[in-house]
This record gives sequence, C-alpha cells and structure tokens, in this order.
Amino acid sequence: MMALLSFGQTVRDALDLAMSMDDRVFVAGEGVGVSIHYDPNMPTHGLLEKYGPKRVKDTPVSEAAIAGLAVGASTMGLRPVVEIMFFPFITLATDMLVNHAAKLRYLSGGKSSFPLTVRVKAGVNFSAGCQHSHNLEAWLAHSPGLKVVFPSTPADAKGLLLNAIFDPNPVIVIEELMLYWMNGEVPEGDYRIPFGEARIITPGQDCTVVSYGGAIYTAMEAAKDLSEEGVSLEVVDLRSLVPLDKTAILESVRKTGRLVVLHDATKFAGFGAEIAAIVAEEAFDALKAPVRRVAAPDIPVPLSPPLEKFYRPSPEMVVEAVRSIVRMG
Amino acid sequence: MDSHKLPVSLKKTMYEKMVLIRTFEEKLVELSQQEKRVPGMQILANGQEAAAVGIIEALRPDDVIVTNHRSHGHLLAKGAEPRYLMAEIMGKATGVNRGKSGTLHMAVPEVNALMTTTVVGAGAPLAVGAAFAQQYRNESNVTVVFFGDGAAAEGSVHEAMNLAALWKLPIIFVCENNCWAGAQGLHEHCSIGNIARRAVAYGMPGESVDGNDVEKLYTLASKMVARCRDAEGPALIEAKTYRMRGHGEQDHQHYVDKKELQRWSQLCPVKRLKDKMLSDSLVTQAELQAIDSEMEAKINDAVKFADESPYPLPDEALENLWVAVKGGR
Repeated sequence: MMALLSFGQTVRDALDLAMSMDDRVFVAGEGVGVSIHYDPNMPTHGLLEKYGPKRVKDTPVSEAAIAGLAVGASTMGLRPVVEIMFFPFITLATDMLVNHAAKLRYLSGGKSSFPLTVRVKAGVNFSAGCQHSHNLEAWLAHSPGLKVVFPSTPADAKGLLLNAIFDPNPVIVIEELMLYWMNGEVPEGDYRIPFGEARIITPGQDCTVVSYGGAIYTAMEAAKDLSEEGVSLEVVDLRSLVPLDKTAILESVRKTGRLVVLHDATKFAGFGAEIAAIVAEEAFDALKAPVRRVAAPDIPVPLSPPLEKFYRPSPEMVVEAVRSIVRMG
Repeated sequence: MDSHKLPVSLKKTMYEKMVLIRTFEEKLVELSQQEKRVPGMQILANGQEAAAVGIIEALRPDDVIVTNHRSHGHLLAKGAEPRYLMAEIMGKATGVNRGKSGTLHMAVPEVNALMTTTVVGAGAPLAVGAAFAQQYRNESNVTVVFFGDGAAAEGSVHEAMNLAALWKLPIIFVCENNCWAGAQGLHEHCSIGNIARRAVAYGMPGESVDGNDVEKLYTLASKMVARCRDAEGPALIEAKTYRMRGHGEQDHQHYVDKKELQRWSQLCPVKRLKDKMLSDSLVTQAELQAIDSEMEAKINDAVKFADESPYPLPDEALENLWVAVKGGR
C-alpha cells in the first residue's frame, strides 16, 4: 500500500512508527515538541501530543548536550533520535559526534555500541545565510565511525530514517528543509532501505551524473533538457554517502564512459572529490573524457536571493558540464 | 551517617582499594621510566585516590561511571581487573579494549564504567545521556561523572549541568579539583575559587569536601546518591585535592612550588586513613601490612600477565569500528 505524503510528513510517519514499535525510541531536540513553526509538514509535528513529554523532549539550546544525550543514552540501550536544527549548528555538537559517537565503540575494542540517530536540517535555498545553510556532509563522511545518509524523496526519507533508527551504529540523517513540502508516494508500514544501495533514477547511455539530496532534482532537470538534444543521462542517487555504493557508481561509469558529480556543497575537498577519485582509481580505463564536478563555489552561502541563486549549482551548469565532455568523444 | 561511624569493614575495604590504586600507579611510574614499556604518556592520580574510592564505594555495581584521562583509580575502584587494565596500558591484545584505547580512554562496560573520554569536559554530556536512560527506564541507578577543575571551564560541562538540573536527572557531577589544569594553577583558569558554588547557578546542591579524606567523601557521596535515587535530581561534589605528579609522566612540574607539594604530601589520603585506623585501634599494623602485600602481589601479577601477553596483529587495527549489520553494510 502506498500513501501520498509530503517529505516532512513522511519523516514524522517514520518517527511515529519507530516510537510505536519500540519503547526504546525517543525524540529530543530544540522545538521537537512545541515548535515556533506550527506546520503539519514539519517532521516532529504532533509527536508530543501523541507520545507525551517523556518521549518527546524539548531541550535547551544546547547542541553539545543534545548530542551527548544521544551518545550516553544509546550505549545504555535506548534508541535516541535527536535533531540538530540547522546543519551549521552541528559544529556545536561535533565533539560529541566525531570524538564520541564515532570513536567510543572503536576505543572500547568493540565492547560498546552507540545506536543513535541524528537528524539535521540542511540545504541552501531558504534565504537564511551561511550560518543556517552550510552542507557539511563531507566533514561527517570524513569521520570513520559515522554513517551518513542524505535522502532525496519522501519514500527514501522514510526508508532511510527507519533503517537509521534500527541500525546498531551512529547515523546522521541529512534532511533538506526545502524538500519538506514535496509530495511523493510512500510505502506504508515498516519500510526500510538498507544503506549503501544507490538508486538509478533515470537510466541513460551517454553520461553518468552522481548526486544526492535536493541536487538530484537539478540533475533530473538537466537530464530532461539534454534529452531534447539527444544526450541521455544516467542519474545515480547515492542515498547514503557512508556506506557508499561504489559498485553502482563504477557500473554506471563503465556503461556511459563519462562522469559528472553534482552537489550543493562547496567544491574544494567536497564529497564529489571522493567520487571522482574512486572512479579515477578504479575505472580509469572506462573513462572517455575527464570527470567534471559541478558544485557550489568556495564561499559561504550568501543570503540575498540573486547571490544565493548564483551559489547553488543550476541545471544549466550540469548541462554545460555534460556537453563539454560529451563533445570530447 | 557521620564519617567516624562508618563500619570498620568499609574502612578496610576503602584502604585496600586506595592501596591497590596507589600500587598500580606507582608501578606505572616505574614502567614509564623504562624504555618502551608503556606507550604514550601515563596520566596518574597519585594522591587523588580518596575521591575515586570514597565516591565509588557509595555506589552499587549497576550504577554507571564516566571518567576521563586520569582514569586508572576510578576504573580500579569500580572493580576493573588490574590484569586487563595493565595489558591495555601496554597496548596488548589481552587488554580491556584490545589495545585500541591504551592508557588514555579505557572503558570497562563489564563494571559499568561505560564511557571514558580524554576530551576535557566531554564526560559531562555523555553522563547526562546515561542518566537520562536510567530515568527513562525508571531505574533507581545513578550516573557519576568525574572531571577536573580544568574541565569546569568547558562549555559542555555547563550545558550538561543545566540539562541535568532541568530534567532532574540522577547524576552526580564530581569535580576533582586538583589545583592544576596542565601547567595553569586554579587561580589562572578559574573565575571562582570554589567550584561547588557553581551548583547554585543550576539550582542543584553543591558541596566542597576535603578530597583527601576518603571517609568524608564516602559520607557526602552517600547523601547525594540517596537524593538521586529518590529522584531529587543531580548534585555537584567538589573534592579539593592536589595533583601530586605532573599532568603526565613527562611533565616534571618545573612550575610547581616544591613547598606546596611537600605540604600536600603530608595530607596523603592513604596515610591519613591508615593512621586514623591505627590510632582508633581498628586494625593492627600487621593487618595493614598484609593488605599492602596482597595488593602488591596483585599488581605484580598484572604486570606479569601484561608482559606475557601478545601484541595485537597489525591488521586488527581494522576491527571494532562498526557493529556488523546483516548484509554487511
């Protein structure tokens, strides 16, 4: 059975289901119970009314304590799902996540485990400036011990979040704020998507575009435009960055012979560099042209609408990048 | 209970544990002066044994402790086996954390020493998470977090205390004020001479205590733990003590006033309890000597065990990061 839900409602659906299935699951964060936004598309809307203040915890503005709460409670056997309001604020929780959630199991020699989920609101196109918009997935992916997932559709948001909550390891789930209002068909019930399984969104022959999160829609628009000039793109949605579905990336590149990597985060030392390097190391022989990266310029996210629009990679930039390598051979 | 009315058996137990810790750490002083015996810097708590023993003796086995870089005393007091700690300190495969931790961040989940961190102040939010789980499950267990006067300057400690007091979590914050944060004396890094007074700011009880008087520590801890078990919320204990050695064994304390060191050596907690028990005619010299010899034998056995244990194989470095998930991702 499928239901038509918004991305935000889907996240709530997953949280609701996890809480109803398992008493160990609780939700905590700033405004997860009572929010300044009274909007049924916000992911924790209505959870407090349903589960009460024991399991839906509004916290002080204390990101380190929120993340510490998750780390400590998880090793005691609970299944915390905590929220960091905006991606740049995760810097305040980074010690707990990078030095503790990610490392304490390793430090224990495999004796302890930390089954926690951190949901973080991300994205670059809601006029809030660089201290509310800054996609830091590369930082997290660069910290061994953390799983990092980045859903692009309502169905993936549900499947990946439920899989995160019941994964025995720490998982960061990155949710793009501007996708919360997007509707999609979502499987009902306990629907989980295993990590490390990329999805081919549109099969194609001429060039692979690897992307994730909201940038997927940029890639799809580019694919549509290019199809009109007879160029077919294969759009690969990674869905999880750690673990990474290398097989899907390499198989696609072996088929098309060309690769464009696309993300809304900045280019230098971004996650796209890892994809490009993997393909260079493991599928160099299949490449007919150089790899191209389409990413944000290496600046903080500006607030003024025309500046922010300039910052975010556009379908036209993807089209240009593809054209430049398709022409080469 | 007044400290002078403590049962003799308890006093003997506390003496035995303090001697165990002292002997263990004196052995580490010896080993760290030998070439390649113990990797890294040994961070010792000689002279601070009373806080570890007095506080932990007031706990039950199910209660949780979170400790820090100066952890050996806490772990031994909680019941960790000297053999496996010594092997870990030497980096051996039989170590309590299979060599992944070494001396610095040993966690011993078997005795509910669940999390140990060397990030100064980070233990406090971790402990909040553990205490939250105890409250969430309506347990009567408590969590104790040990940190130093240096850690009291960390923002994470403030966040943790605020949240713990707000939610009335069953947690005891134990600040072992040993007068030194690295090479900076208390008056150079702390805005207030008496750290316990900070408890007022969070609306929880805070008391300073002679940190070298194990009986007073036990008595105060028992009182605070009882409040916690009755769901009356957290407390702060400041154990005023002194760091008798350098920050670590490579630190030869060139910045320390030798007269001050001399003064504090007169206040040695092991000697004080010993003298008191003798003058109160609770034990005989022979009984105490028997305890001393028994503890020495235990530590010699630990060193022998660790010496005879193999190192881990190099590629064991790759193990223990993740909890395996079905399907391998």
